[in-house]
Amino acid sequence: MKRTVFPGRILPYLLVAPQVAVTIVFFFWPAGKSLYLSVFKSPPFGGRDIFVGIDNFVALLSDGDYYASVVNSFVFAGGVTVLSVAGGLVVSVLANQKIRGLGFYRTALLWPYGIAPAVAGIIFLFIFHPAYGVLPYALSFVTAYEFNWLLKGWIAMTLVIVATSWTQLGYNIAFFLAGLQAIPTSVMEAASVDGAGPIRKFTAIIVPMISPVTFYLVVVNMVFAFFSAFGVIHAVTQGGPGNATTIMVFKLWKDGFIGLNLGSSAAQSVILMAVVIGMTMLQFRFAEKRVTY
Amino acid sequence: MSAPARVLAPPQVMVAERAPRRGIPWGTVLVHAALVACVAVIAFPLYFAFVISTQDLAQVVQKPPRLLPSSHAIENYLEAWRRSGMARLLVNSAIVAITVAVGKIAISMMSAFAIVYFRFRGATLVFWMIFLTLMLPIPVRILPTYEVVGNLGWLNTYAGLSIPLMASATATFLFRQFYMTIPNELAEAAQIDGAGALRFLWSFLLPLSWANVAALFVVLFIYGWNEYFWPLLITNTEEMRTVVIGLERLIPRTGTELPTWNLIMAGAMMALVPPVAVIVVMQRWFVKGLIESEK
Repeated sequence: MKRTVFPGRILPYLLVAPQVAVTIVFFFWPAGKSLYLSVFKSPPFGGRDIFVGIDNFVALLSDGDYYASVVNSFVFAGGVTVLSVAGGLVVSVLANQKIRGLGFYRTALLWPYGIAPAVAGIIFLFIFHPAYGVLPYALSFVTAYEFNWLLKGWIAMTLVIVATSWTQLGYNIAFFLAGLQAIPTSVMEAASVDGAGPIRKFTAIIVPMISPVTFYLVVVNMVFAFFSAFGVIHAVTQGGPGNATTIMVFKLWKDGFIGLNLGSSAAQSVILMAVVIGMTMLQFRFAEKRVTY
Repeated sequence: MSAPARVLAPPQVMVAERAPRRGIPWGTVLVHAALVACVAVIAFPLYFAFVISTQDLAQVVQKPPRLLPSSHAIENYLEAWRRSGMARLLVNSAIVAITVAVGKIAISMMSAFAIVYFRFRGATLVFWMIFLTLMLPIPVRILPTYEVVGNLGWLNTYAGLSIPLMASATATFLFRQFYMTIPNELAEAAQIDGAGALRFLWSFLLPLSWANVAALFVVLFIYGWNEYFWPLLITNTEEMRTVVIGLERLIPRTGTELPTWNLIMAGAMMALVPPVAVIVVMQRWFVKGLIESEK
């Protein structure tokens, strides 16, 4: 289809100029500089950069702490994704019935999305507090195990996963509800006529038909947990106890801005760039299928 | 990328209706009960934070934990407000969130307009450049971006807090999609009437896209308000902190200070109420914005 266009030689450039300027100055130039720095060693207190080739990457890949941060990132992102996507699906299927008050339930389930992960983390920090928290207190009746996130890494990890999932759940519910409402009524009726019960309908119809939405949400939640959940780690656990909750972005920040190891930090940025490019490609590869639900 | 209209269709019946029976509809009751339970579980952390924020320290540490509000709300909130410099933190967050949201919307609308309504060299390049920003979140360019902002003299400024966050592939795509659905006849009519490009954008397209603008505004406001990594890096003065960063200051890191959890929770409540209120008040726009801007 041929579109009507306006005449103008300079005007279109003026219109795109602000966005292009921001893109170049704050995105492409710094990203290029990250690539450049990743093959240099910069003395932290000035002096010339020294070209070191892939040394920064080699150093990272032979560093046990870095491996630990990669594993932590996947555990954290995987935990947040499974909890908030699976939880979101179950709640959405419940809410997608012909009942009154659907709008109320949607808002009542959605609002935690407005809470910053860091603020959510601070609230859960107190719920998990070893001395005063309501959760360790409740669990003390069930088991003698000491639920102290200050001492036990996996409890600290659970804390940040639960807090982040809490803020993400509503987002997933919004998408699942939209997707569920697009499933044709006739399909569900046909299943009922064939004698399918609620569980069979869920596994045989809802899950397959909603799978493009699920896939999309898995990628988005992974990216969010990888790149945007820095705040919950920084505000709550500071990567601890030990390095138990040091995810890749936190380590990058710590090595770059506290340790002033610029070369290593840049190399970590480049590795994260590869991760986000991979995830985004995955998302767009399947984007076509997404509209079929 | 074209499902939104369908997605936002009114709710349909998903489960086939059984023949109506007399008596209590147990199935419906069960669904309501399960949903109320979900809402309660999701609301509990907020309720708990609120309860703690109304207690004095003796009540905060008592066993078993007290799960009912107490009478110390006003003094706690006043003290948390004073101790964290909350007025300044909230003003900073509001300025940054609104600037980021309005800025992203404005520059995305202009770029999308240029791409759809003009033929110019480099249009494809511009489109791809904007698209690629999706793959460059802050952590992958953090040190050099910090350096650029430092060289511009923007550390501890509102410009530094907001402008580097402004490029937006999703908002640009949303406006582009929307402009493509507008019939050609409108632009033709405008041209016949002698309206220039800018006049057309301002008087025709903008009024037509208010729904998109409102939806994007809510989503981007939340994004700007809750951003943590960037303000943490480029501000180091009390006056320029945003509220999600400033809140951390209420948490003692040394073992010698008694943690005043009631004040921390009061601070958390004040930091989370504005974005949550925006979602609740504008929930229709918010859901629309979430779903359409991610397409």
